[in-house]
Amino acid sequence: MNKVLVAGKVSGTVLKSKDSINFLGTVDKKTGIISDKNHDLYDKSLKNSILVFPSGVGSSVGAYTIYSIKSNNVAPIAMVCQKADLTVATGCALANIPLIVISNKEFFSLKDGMKILLDTENSNLILHQ
Amino acid sequence: MELTREEESALKGEHGETMQMAYRILVATGEATDAEKLIPIEWTHLSGVNYNTIGDAGEEFLSNVSKDARVKVKTTLNPMGFDIDNVSDYDLDENFVSKQLSIKNSYETMGVIPSFSCIPYEIFDIPKNETQVAFAESNAAIHANSYDNLKTNKESAFSALASALTGKSPNSSLRKEDTPNITINMKIKNPNELSYGMLGFFAGKVGNTSVNISGLSNMDNRQQKAMCGGMGTSGTCAKFIFGDGDSDCEKIDFDEKELQNVHDELNTAENGDIITLGSPQLGLEEVTELTQKLKGRSFKKRCMVFTPRTVKVQMQKLGYTNELERAGCEILSDCCTCLTPLINKDNVDVVTTNSIKGAFYLKNSNGVGVNLKSLSQIIKDETK
Repeated sequence: MNKVLVAGKVSGTVLKSKDSINFLGTVDKKTGIISDKNHDLYDKSLKNSILVFPSGVGSSVGAYTIYSIKSNNVAPIAMVCQKADLTVATGCALANIPLIVISNKEFFSLKDGMKILLDTENSNLILHQ
Repeated sequence: MELTREEESALKGEHGETMQMAYRILVATGEATDAEKLIPIEWTHLSGVNYNTIGDAGEEFLSNVSKDARVKVKTTLNPMGFDIDNVSDYDLDENFVSKQLSIKNSYETMGVIPSFSCIPYEIFDIPKNETQVAFAESNAAIHANSYDNLKTNKESAFSALASALTGKSPNSSLRKEDTPNITINMKIKNPNELSYGMLGFFAGKVGNTSVNISGLSNMDNRQQKAMCGGMGTSGTCAKFIFGDGDSDCEKIDFDEKELQNVHDELNTAENGDIITLGSPQLGLEEVTELTQKLKGRSFKKRCMVFTPRTVKVQMQKLGYTNELERAGCEILSDCCTCLTPLINKDNVDVVTTNSIKGAFYLKNSNGVGVNLKSLSQIIKDETK
């Protein structure tokens, strides 16, 4: 079931991760770059992306990391998850980053590098451009 | 989500910006976790205290919020970055110390109990069964749900703060009957706390919100804490349900091969320069046992022991502090192995620890090598 956790409308490019993200341990707060060598997005920047990933994991303090990367202007412009988790939901709520949860089928149809429009007022939520 | 008229008006900003923010967080959280309403909670435990984790954004945010925000229910606090009693012994820069003290001050201004501990379940009285609480620290939330007969979501730093300010929390899955997605059968023979930490880490990866767990023998306090700490590090799961679960629930074994996989992921070196004990922090029972095990022995290298301040005070009274310091331990309260700024890769290459939670963050955040060993192995190898 699709869900809107934080409302908004943005267009941009998908940065897709097959791995979940532990924001506290693995995302650099100043650069928005993933620092975990074992991670699918190792050495990639989250900045200005529409970040598509299964879910957040790990310490709840990761919500502050989301707030920090937004304050440092290196945050994604929106996030799309397969599963909702509290760390990402509250981090996005505070940082005012649009966040939606989508079905498995739609999740798998989103590919890295795709240009999409995400609009929480539209019943389709995601439109391909 | 159904909100009361008063909750709706707070969400619209009619009770001020701080309350509006708090309700916005609660609503986002509730929508994320399929809650149908908000319910009253009696105790909140906050994370987001260590300057290392919340940074300037967190420090500034708390400084602003604390101008008018006051907690409505009993609220306790996670560890910060150092122990004020001995911070001058460590090479911390002035900026860190002043920012950390600002964070401490903000929480105290809001009326939070300055417990600086990740084991609230050990140092505060546990309320009656089924009491609704809101614990942000992952190991504490898992412990509360699995061992203490309390009910909590795995809160985030923000949702717990919002609960402290409103006295409410979303009525989400873990507050209701939860159906685990998987049953894990523990197959490791003669497990120690390290095996249980790895079991928890494995469970966090395969579980959704809760897991059934079977094949456990009697566990001591250290092993229970290790399992909770491990699970909180790797996943979103926040409850162990002890038993086999329904017959149609997916089953998976935690055997020697899975144990080796977790070991290989987290153990990156063979020899530590220093040792850390405590992530989660050691409670009185554990420091008592440590004192007994170290009788007539002393560490060949530095050993940092992390414990809550209330336990440190009891240790002094009981004479344990003298004993442990004689054995070469550095006793630190108010902080923890997990995300400590006191271990820096400029002067430490490898840390030896028995904590899976500690290992994960030392490796990924502090950037040091990790050598995993059980406490009994540490005492055997590293003392004389």
